[in-house]
Amino acid sequence: MDLEVLRILEKDARLSAAQLAAMTGKSEAEVAATVAAAEKAGVIRSYRTRIDWEKAGAGRVYAFIDVAAQPERGTGYDRIAERIYRYPEVHSVYLVSGSQDLRVVVEGKTMQEVANFVAEKLATIDGVRGTATHFLLKKYKDDGDIFGETPTDERLAVTP
Amino acid sequence: MKSLSHIVGSTPASGIRRFFDLVAELDDVISLGVGEPDYVTPWRIREAAIYSLEKGRTTYTSNYGLLELREAIVAKHIERYGTGWNPRTEVLVTVGVSEALDTAFRAILNPGDEVLIPEPCYVSYAPCVAFAGGVPVPVPTRASADFATHPEAIAERITEKTKAILLSYPTNPTGAVMSREGLQKVVDMAVEHDLYILSDEIYDRLCYDTEHVSVPALAGAKDRTILLNGFSKAYAMTGWRIGYACAPAPIIEMMMKIHQYTMLCAPITAQIAALEALKNAEQDAAEMVADYDRRRRLFVRGLNELGLECRMPGGAFYAFPSIEKTGLSSEEFAERLLKEERVLVVPGDVFGEGGIGHVRCCYATATNKLTEALERMGRFLSKL
Repeated sequence: MDLEVLRILEKDARLSAAQLAAMTGKSEAEVAATVAAAEKAGVIRSYRTRIDWEKAGAGRVYAFIDVAAQPERGTGYDRIAERIYRYPEVHSVYLVSGSQDLRVVVEGKTMQEVANFVAEKLATIDGVRGTATHFLLKKYKDDGDIFGETPTDERLAVTP
Repeated sequence: MKSLSHIVGSTPASGIRRFFDLVAELDDVISLGVGEPDYVTPWRIREAAIYSLEKGRTTYTSNYGLLELREAIVAKHIERYGTGWNPRTEVLVTVGVSEALDTAFRAILNPGDEVLIPEPCYVSYAPCVAFAGGVPVPVPTRASADFATHPEAIAERITEKTKAILLSYPTNPTGAVMSREGLQKVVDMAVEHDLYILSDEIYDRLCYDTEHVSVPALAGAKDRTILLNGFSKAYAMTGWRIGYACAPAPIIEMMMKIHQYTMLCAPITAQIAALEALKNAEQDAAEMVADYDRRRRLFVRGLNELGLECRMPGGAFYAFPSIEKTGLSSEEFAERLLKEERVLVVPGDVFGEGGIGHVRCCYATATNKLTEALERMGRFLSKL
């Protein structure tokens, strides 16, 4: 697998095969084959646009839910995790070390909507022993992107 | 009033300055006219500087610079190129490479001494020689030879007055690099004629296809070479103004005397930042360099597809395409491209005669801007 192409695409998914080829010194066909193979193998999971919804005027509410779960013989935490991640409101689910077991990120339009989801759906799943909800108040950095900061080019137009 | 300095008065202002005024009148300009990275200094370096200020580190340092920084500079050169100096007597930390360059010329030149300078080159070299009372002697290089310096061209220009050769690889504005063999021949010539070598290696980390060859590491070079380097390009630290010189102790002693009476020392905050860069920012530098490399390939391919013939530069972050086919002079091309399509490039002739018929484009600019600049340049060319 060509890691260089993947690294470039991770930063900017809009680059065309021709541009990627020029940047890496490989042929367009080679780059296209790499991308196709990565897509097929599930190495490239999806192409998405990261949007600052606050700035776009359509704020969303996120909450981090720490879940204490009862593991099951044979499947451990997998079955409970699956029950949780199938809900569209659930943004991500991680098995973590520490005092809690699962860390779930839930997304909703309002705090009430998220609170209802936690109380009615998440907390009532068999094997969930307890939840602790932390609402996201402000996003500073998300998946490597610093939010609220639009980079500007501060350089002079001409320098030696 | 009595007249001002004749030397300064007779030195023309940099040809680049005129474009400041032109660009100020226009909106939506994509500038390829800069000579600096588009990255901000990596956070770990900025944070180290901030922390030092919080701790109240605001004093003068030794004239030579912080010993810890000098030791780190030497250690890095030994690690990279196998060449070292005594950090106590053979290293001087300066206010950017610019000050190191100025101080080096003033330390070695007497009035009338000649300095051989391969062209096209950085705009400050010849004026610095002149300000120090010396005489700059251009040595032309050619695009057809990848702008490498030919030992024969140097030999032709050596006179009894020749004192030094200035080398600068990778080069601003052409991005040229030289082979180890080629550089060794120039060094041999310097040994034969007992000349000093000033080697400005500010772009040493920005070498893409080959390993950088550091001049003082070549046989016979170290005893007569003043190595000049700094942090601006590799660590995106242009505004910090921090550079250094490494040379035999008697030369550094002379340079230090000038530095002591003029600058006193480089700013301590910048020195602390530089130390952090050397100790912990190698990965940041490597990632930036990898990015410049990708942009280099993308941009140079784009130029050639437009019919602007451009060799693949081996280092720095400049493309230096020929615009001869357009029938325009470098100046006309740059001015019309700016006014008609809002893309700023620098006319090649401001870097010396060898730059006639070329323009300098800095590709240390975001990929989408480079792509847009190429589109605009294509539109401009189609109208000619």
